[in-house]
Amino acid sequence: MKFLLSKQYIAWYFLVPVLIVHFLVVALPSVLSLALALTDWNGFGKINYVGLENFYELFDDRYFKKAVWHNIIWTCLFLTIPIALALTCAYLLTGIKRGQMIYRLCFFFPYMLASIISCQIWKFIFHPLYGFPAWLNSKSIDLIPAVSPFTIKETSLYAVAFVDGWHFWGFLVVIYITGMYQVDNSLYEAADIEGATKFQKFRFVTFPLIRPVFIFSLVIIIIWSIPTFDYIWILTQGGPAYSSEVVATNLYSQAFDRFNVGYSSAIGTLMCIYTIFIVSIFAILRKLGWEI
Amino acid sequence: MITAKYRKSELISNYFILTLLALFCILPILLMFFNSIKPQEEFGVNPLGFPMSIRLENFVDAWILGEYAQIFLNSSKLVVGTLILNLTISGLAGFSLAKLNPKGSDVFLLYLLVGISIPAQMFILPLFLLWKELGLMNTHIGLIIIYAGLNAPFATFLIRSYMVQLPDELFEAAKIDGASTLQLFYKIALPISWPVFLTAGLVVGLAVWNEFLFALTFIQDESSKPIATILFAFQSRFENDWGLVNASAVMMLAPVVILFMFFQKRFIAGLTSGASKG
Repeated sequence: MKFLLSKQYIAWYFLVPVLIVHFLVVALPSVLSLALALTDWNGFGKINYVGLENFYELFDDRYFKKAVWHNIIWTCLFLTIPIALALTCAYLLTGIKRGQMIYRLCFFFPYMLASIISCQIWKFIFHPLYGFPAWLNSKSIDLIPAVSPFTIKETSLYAVAFVDGWHFWGFLVVIYITGMYQVDNSLYEAADIEGATKFQKFRFVTFPLIRPVFIFSLVIIIIWSIPTFDYIWILTQGGPAYSSEVVATNLYSQAFDRFNVGYSSAIGTLMCIYTIFIVSIFAILRKLGWEI
Repeated sequence: MITAKYRKSELISNYFILTLLALFCILPILLMFFNSIKPQEEFGVNPLGFPMSIRLENFVDAWILGEYAQIFLNSSKLVVGTLILNLTISGLAGFSLAKLNPKGSDVFLLYLLVGISIPAQMFILPLFLLWKELGLMNTHIGLIIIYAGLNAPFATFLIRSYMVQLPDELFEAAKIDGASTLQLFYKIALPISWPVFLTAGLVVGLAVWNEFLFALTFIQDESSKPIATILFAFQSRFENDWGLVNASAVMMLAPVVILFMFFQKRFIAGLTSGASKG
């Protein structure tokens, strides 16, 4: 019995509770999902092994391919607009002293909102009768038609992305500005003496120094874009006519409306493989000595 | 601090752009507050402005019609339960990783890192089937275990990085006095690490209060649902009663605003803690 109380074992006893809970909630179901992806189970009756059948079917599935395409658009949108806006904003913020903290809090606050609340706010602002477009129309400014963009095929995906982006971009401002404050002042003074423009100062002084935070933001945007679910499910449920369907909502309806256990597990497996692929690329690049 | 010299005109344009962007963030939220105290008739004439007349009964109506006494109790149970379970297990693990140097802790850390990266959709359906087998569906304890597990890697990393900085001498001295390892944890490490537990608690508590996907999937009984998914149902049921819908959202947001006023720095540091480590 004594060896069980030796220092090494005691250290591991402290880790056991986390291991048990995390294993039960994440690891075990993930492994089950890998296994179920190779079956045609529908939640009832016999479980038949079908090999990679589900994956072949997925590559032929029109709706799945559409969902993947929407995820790609989503990722590209988030990699450009919020980042550009947040970088500009953080850079401008470093130039002011008075009220800086207030601005920072304003930008960050939407990030604390529950998805359901942000969605509700913007659903109202775009409301066909009460919303902002309707108000513009009543002032006879026909800039935007007074219909909710969430209900139109051409705009639904972008409208949802806009709401999610509104909620998210302040987070980027805060992480960028934290990075920017580590920039040494003398570098700016040197740049001033050289007669650098504002943009040059940003490009050659600020940016290289916030590169680690910047790369971090790229990675989390790519990783967080894959399982994006809340905003789409709350605002459009993937509709109208699959125009805002993404992989996560596709999986959710396969899993919980149609109970195609095997099929939805195959989708989950692909999502997981993609995530691990992205994370490993960055881990390998870092190992190879890239400064990221 | 940056004292890069700005000309006055530049400073004004900076403030102008920043103010526009800040309004873009804050005005929609303010609108929700305004709309939560407007009577229903006013939406026809003044949906986007400052309320002309104030009707605080919206809150009472929403509270009664939505049976919020029960719903808020559900949400609070989930938050408190998750905090107790999650901070206990993460605190133990963080302490061990920081101070006891278990053999093979690299493997454990890698496991947690992979655990963070796996998308929820990968395991939500098997977890659903498993919870059904175990009789944990529609129970708060079932959802608490899920939340504790999902947030465990984050909390463990955060607590570990704080406890690493504690001086070893503290623990050596107590060990000589005959303290057991568990006593080292709760008599010495715990009392001086309260700031990190507060930060972790705020972040995890906020995540649970706001959580949607797992609450939607694992609690289907109307009477056990937390506020986030009730609001989802409420939204479609009372679609046209915007005063009530907005009052409900304000009630959900109120505790967050109050805590944010007291602990802004902690919230921001906790929620962005991944970024500083790079």
